[in-house]
Amino acid sequence: MALFDMRLQELHNELASGKLSAAELTEASFKRIAETDQRIGAFLALNEEGARARAAELDRAGAEKGLLHALPAGIKDNIVTQGLRTTCASQFLSNYDPIYNATAAGKLSTAGAVTIGKLNMDEFAMGGSNENSSVKPVRNPWNTDYVPGGSSGGSAASVAAGQVYFALGSDTGGSIRQPASYCGVVGLKPTYGLVSRFGLVAFASSLDAIGPVTKNVEDSAYVLQAIAGHDGMDSTSANVSIPDYISSLTGDVKGLRIGVPKEYMGQGIDPKVKESVQAALKVFESLGATWEEVSMPHTEYAVATYYLLSSSEASSNLARFDGVRYGVRADNPDNLIDLYRKSRSQGFGQEVKRRIMLGTYALSSGYYDAYYLKAQKVRTLIKRDFDQAFEKYDLLLGPTAPTPAFRLGDQVGDPLAMYMNDIVTIPVSLAGVPAISVPCGFADGLPVGLQLIGKAFDEATVLRAAHAFEQNTDHHKARPQL
Amino acid sequence: MSITVQDVEHVANLARLELSAEEKEQFTGQLNAILKYAEKLGELDTEGVEPTSHVLPVTNVMREDAVKESLSNETALQNAPDDEDGQFKVPAVLE
Repeated sequence: MALFDMRLQELHNELASGKLSAAELTEASFKRIAETDQRIGAFLALNEEGARARAAELDRAGAEKGLLHALPAGIKDNIVTQGLRTTCASQFLSNYDPIYNATAAGKLSTAGAVTIGKLNMDEFAMGGSNENSSVKPVRNPWNTDYVPGGSSGGSAASVAAGQVYFALGSDTGGSIRQPASYCGVVGLKPTYGLVSRFGLVAFASSLDAIGPVTKNVEDSAYVLQAIAGHDGMDSTSANVSIPDYISSLTGDVKGLRIGVPKEYMGQGIDPKVKESVQAALKVFESLGATWEEVSMPHTEYAVATYYLLSSSEASSNLARFDGVRYGVRADNPDNLIDLYRKSRSQGFGQEVKRRIMLGTYALSSGYYDAYYLKAQKVRTLIKRDFDQAFEKYDLLLGPTAPTPAFRLGDQVGDPLAMYMNDIVTIPVSLAGVPAISVPCGFADGLPVGLQLIGKAFDEATVLRAAHAFEQNTDHHKARPQL
Repeated sequence: MSITVQDVEHVANLARLELSAEEKEQFTGQLNAILKYAEKLGELDTEGVEPTSHVLPVTNVMREDAVKESLSNETALQNAPDDEDGQFKVPAVLE
């Protein structure tokens, strides 16, 4: 545990001086998983053989030392890893061994990270509590009666529990930030298109983003540095130059102009969460930043817009799961259509079916204009709220989630209530801009996350502000007792 | 607008899903609740507002039409539930 609490640079110094080896780090990770994962349920598959071989390779004299040299990493199970089972926590893909690497997974490996295993999630990234995993729920390391959030619940819980040094997650409407908030770790959703989606099993292609889950902001900058960049394999990948994120962590936020959307601090936000966010504003004030309230008038329409758009895209994306080229095929079909129907019905869980149904309906003849097109237009209005706010402010600030984590089982059976947990992360996803969740306090023993939102491709400012906040507070140093 | 069990059956057919009677009942109620909530968007005047399908200003990304190595037949079929003669195999489509 202590090993993974070391700063990245210290760890690399230990490795360079020979006091520590990649093999030892890898074993420490597997040991911690063996000790804790019965209670947490973060991992769906371990890469024991592959990780040990990779560590041995990195320990060999003369091995190149990348940015993430020897760091044990967990990868969310919707990011494909060659030869390492990738299931999206779905029964449909329970036998799927990818024949290629996602670009982000490949980049991690090139940067020297050691893939420890694949992390649990809500099935096909649809959910906010990890209770939609078809394998097992993940539990919150701070209190195992509580959910870790979702859909990257395995990623957040694993980092919080000290099982891996960092993890990759994916965020469509808050799926990195919300679990990071619930588990007291740092989760970054980069600008749409900054990190290649190639090899990320598509949920909603206009929203999906891969990003790091880490214990602190510095690590987040390192991981982002390793995975960001244009990729010819993803035609929506942005062709922008990548700044040096690590050197942007100056600790200086003097003169930074912060807008606080009043809609993010209004109805439905737990008073204790609000208190933590207000305390965070005091910290920024003391560091010489200024803030004022701003209105983002279309916020209340974001959840409805998101569920129509993301479900429509999902219904189209998930059409590929037909039991022909990969995945589990149903036995004894009457004919080809029946094969599709039976394979999909047996392979998908309830939430996935519900979203496919919603999306298919919203795209179907007669309803397209009323639902899908209408939602796309409202998305424009929501994006304009951000464009206007960013004319005046460098950064927007609010809570990551309206409440701390809730108990397992509390919101099962009420999909709409579950969707409301993403009320402050969803608008950001619709606008495509970057945002980070950093720990900013506790409410009833459970972590609270602060969300910092930046302009498109201005991760440097988001990271700089988050880092400055973190360096002047102790919330990120707290660890769950396991 | 309210959807019925028949609507759910129609949509399930479009989505190639086979639902149990219980699922049909459950989805009818839940989809109605979600769609009722979505009607909220009707409060907004979106006359003349362009739809956003994508947040980045990129269209028609082109690349050179170069010949590159591709997956081998064997690799491509590695995850196939059933295959024959180097092809994915499905039940007979023609009688």
